Amino acid sequence: MSVQKADVVIVGGGLMGSATAFFLRRRGQSVILLERDQIGQYASGVNFGNVRRQGRFLGQLALANRSWELWKRLPELIDDDLEFIPSGHMRVCYREDEVAELEAYAAAPEAAQLDLKIYRGAELHRRFGFLGPDVKGGSYAPHDGHANPRLAAPAFARAAIRLGAQIEERTEVAEVQKVGADFHVTTTDGRQFQAAQLLITAGAWGQKLSAQFGEPVPLDTHGPQMAVTEPVPYALPTVIGVYTKIPEEVIYFRQIPRGNIVIGGGYRSKPDMLNRRAYVEPRSIINQINQMRRLLPGVGNLNIIRVWSGIEGYLPDSLPVMGPSGTVDGLFYAFGFCGHGFQLGPGVGDVMAELLGTGSTSTPIESFSITRFALPAEQRSQAS
Amino acid sequence: MATARVVIVGAGPAGVRCAETLLAAGIKPILIDENRRDGGQIYRRQPQGFTRDYTTLYGSEAAKARDLHESFDRLRGAIDYRPDTLVWNLTPGQLCCASQGRHSTVDYDALILCTGATDRLMPIEGWQLAGTYSLGGAQIALKNQAVSIGHRVVFMGSGPLLYLVASQYVKAGAEVAAVLDTSPLSLRLKALPKLLARPGLLFTGIKLLAQLYRARVAVHLGIKPLQVMGDAANGVGGVRFTAGNGRTVTVQADAVALGYHLRPETQLGDLAGCTMAFDQASSQWWLATDDAGRTSVKGVYAAGDGSKIRGADAAEHAGRLVALALLEDLQQPVDAGLRDEQQQALAVMDQFRLGLAQAFPWPSEQAKALPDSAIVCRCEMISAGELRRTVNEKGACEVNRAKAFSRVGMGRCQGRYCSQAGAEVIAAEAGVPVQEVGRQRGQAPVKPLSMLTEEVSS
Amino acid sequence: MKGRFVRLAEQGRPTVNLIVDGAPIEALQGDTLMVALLTQGNALRQSEFDTGRRAGFCLMGACQDCWVWTRSGERLRACSNEVRDGLDIVTTQPEATWPLHG
Repeated sequence: MSVQKADVVIVGGGLMGSATAFFLRRRGQSVILLERDQIGQYASGVNFGNVRRQGRFLGQLALANRSWELWKRLPELIDDDLEFIPSGHMRVCYREDEVAELEAYAAAPEAAQLDLKIYRGAELHRRFGFLGPDVKGGSYAPHDGHANPRLAAPAFARAAIRLGAQIEERTEVAEVQKVGADFHVTTTDGRQFQAAQLLITAGAWGQKLSAQFGEPVPLDTHGPQMAVTEPVPYALPTVIGVYTKIPEEVIYFRQIPRGNIVIGGGYRSKPDMLNRRAYVEPRSIINQINQMRRLLPGVGNLNIIRVWSGIEGYLPDSLPVMGPSGTVDGLFYAFGFCGHGFQLGPGVGDVMAELLGTGSTSTPIESFSITRFALPAEQRSQAS
Repeated sequence: MATARVVIVGAGPAGVRCAETLLAAGIKPILIDENRRDGGQIYRRQPQGFTRDYTTLYGSEAAKARDLHESFDRLRGAIDYRPDTLVWNLTPGQLCCASQGRHSTVDYDALILCTGATDRLMPIEGWQLAGTYSLGGAQIALKNQAVSIGHRVVFMGSGPLLYLVASQYVKAGAEVAAVLDTSPLSLRLKALPKLLARPGLLFTGIKLLAQLYRARVAVHLGIKPLQVMGDAANGVGGVRFTAGNGRTVTVQADAVALGYHLRPETQLGDLAGCTMAFDQASSQWWLATDDAGRTSVKGVYAAGDGSKIRGADAAEHAGRLVALALLEDLQQPVDAGLRDEQQQALAVMDQFRLGLAQAFPWPSEQAKALPDSAIVCRCEMISAGELRRTVNEKGACEVNRAKAFSRVGMGRCQGRYCSQAGAEVIAAEAGVPVQEVGRQRGQAPVKPLSMLTEEVSS
Repeated sequence: MKGRFVRLAEQGRPTVNLIVDGAPIEALQGDTLMVALLTQGNALRQSEFDTGRRAGFCLMGACQDCWVWTRSGERLRACSNEVRDGLDIVTTQPEATWPLHG
């Protein structure tokens, strides 16, 4: 049996894996990426498409800023158009105390690069005249925007291939073992791949692999709920999202230049992990319709023409697992981006390539370490 | 389990016969139909106030139409009939309905999908021009509204419906410019042994053709469609095609009726998780069912053209048969004679269906010949060239992937009129058989859902 | 402009009056909106993605090509909605004027 070798084997061909493959090749590392289905099929291809920094955990903004620098350069970087529009992002709320929270966020030193501006009352409704009267205030991020998630991971994968990466779609990993200094990856069709470094970017399936190396994480899976309207004249360039603690009030939308309004938020569904299919819960759509009419009253006459879902991995603290393994040398993770990984994608790829290539990264990612889920030693021995 | 909640979707020939059979066994089904009146498409009832008689409306099928309508009229008060109601989505055990701007849910223990079919389309350069209609649409215009789709109409495509609608147009006094069939006579002759399974129907077909010739309508067989001519402002101006003898012919017309037989409406079954099967004879995917109409999902059944294209007569038998299958599954007594009768009739119709598929084949080769400039997806206005580029440059050799990259199938019609042809374009470009490029997955809502929709408790 | 559709029978029905793009038209009771508009004009709406006009396609509520608008912006599928007295139909999209500022 022939064994294929590279500096790095990546398991999982979503945006994180594809972007890392691309940036690894730019650093001259040889890389093999294994994807069980098609590139970008699950969370990466079905998300809302928010290229948003504001509202993130402040400790994640350094990573988001690094990613934003890459988004700006993307067409030349990967020679492909992901329909990225730095349209501005408006985070709105329905209550005065929430406006105060948006203000506090905008004032944080970590958010300085975002150039956030708080709008409220009459000024808000003058500037964003299409918003409903319930909207009390909002935080405007002029540099944030949106892009087409269906195109992103495959475009990074193609760019990586052009630089010499080996990408194997429809290739499912059956077994991973560390043998000496190398990882031996066997696929269900019997092929073998070997590398000194292994990166797990398997999204909602990431924890299955991390658990094999003694690092289980409490990953949960959710199906995002997305809908799109018929096309109407392009007039709403700003991405709008509601800031609230009430789950059913969570709603966000963006209009694409072709005219369709893409809507997400509200309830999530439980994916069918066995058949790898996630459905849209009808009540989500009804809720979205109600919430959209509150947020954007003019939308009432439109028709929803299509809805979709996907499979996303969530951690209980809403932060991803990203960085080196706590137990195995040469093993790295970047998964579980909790429904907000799209904007981070290019940055994660760049940081992970840097980390794998040099052993460290200039961007702080300690908060995302898998070791935060490590059990104390005595509990670990009880569990085993 | 006499209290099983049974829901039938679709009040065409399959749905009505199914409801009738269930009611006879003491089960009162809910019958949900998107149309305002029963009959489905083929036996569509004209609006109130119209006066044409059954023979004028349904020709040789008048007796069947009348019988179905009268059966329904007898049933109507005894079942829970909900017209003008769209089932736009479902979850296991529950249907999501929208009717007149109101949303409600309907619980079910057994669901019988009698969702019917639409025209099956192969694009042609210029088919997005105003004045191009589906063949079935042209028939509905006449049957339901007593209008012709144009002053001078070309009928193009293949299949028995082509001749039926053209002759109905002639009879009603419309001007038929030409009937252009892509299938050559030789295939029809080859299919004769199978078509003889239903000699009556075969004879009706021959009679239709004779009527067209008698009316001096130009009928061309074995043609290759080239273009619907015209311009953006005025729409259709004519049709250009290659005749059987190889010459390029132009016909002036202001309307084109286009269609290649039918494709099933499988979205609800797909959303329910039912397995789909590729039918080699017609080269399309449909719901996989057993002979009686049980899908792969327990409690979900299908009958009529919505699961397997066999025509209206077969739909009536399949509707009865699927009801009997459900009764069996509910451990209720079943009239074995009635069941055998349906099965025997359907066996004959299956044979005939194979003959039709052979005589009037789906013109997959046209997808390959389609110029890059031709529109494949009318909703989103995506050309064959754009779709081919996603195959060549982006490696999208699977229908849903190509849709994600190109938007073919992403528009309002949810791929009803482009995804099959799109699959052929992809397959031709990738050099693989069409069943290997997959099929477009069904997505809710089955039809557009108004954002004015209000929720009502059910 | 002459109509696209041609009436062949059933012409003795009572008339219904509606407005299309600001002009009054007369239709017959039981007409679908599509028939009312296309017996007197040649299209139902502007295509979003090219310069062409659209006049419907399937007539059975499947293709979604024939949606028109009421003056207040409500959507109506022309093949599956009947005419009513006083309907005020427009054949161009009313959202061209979202209340926008900046």
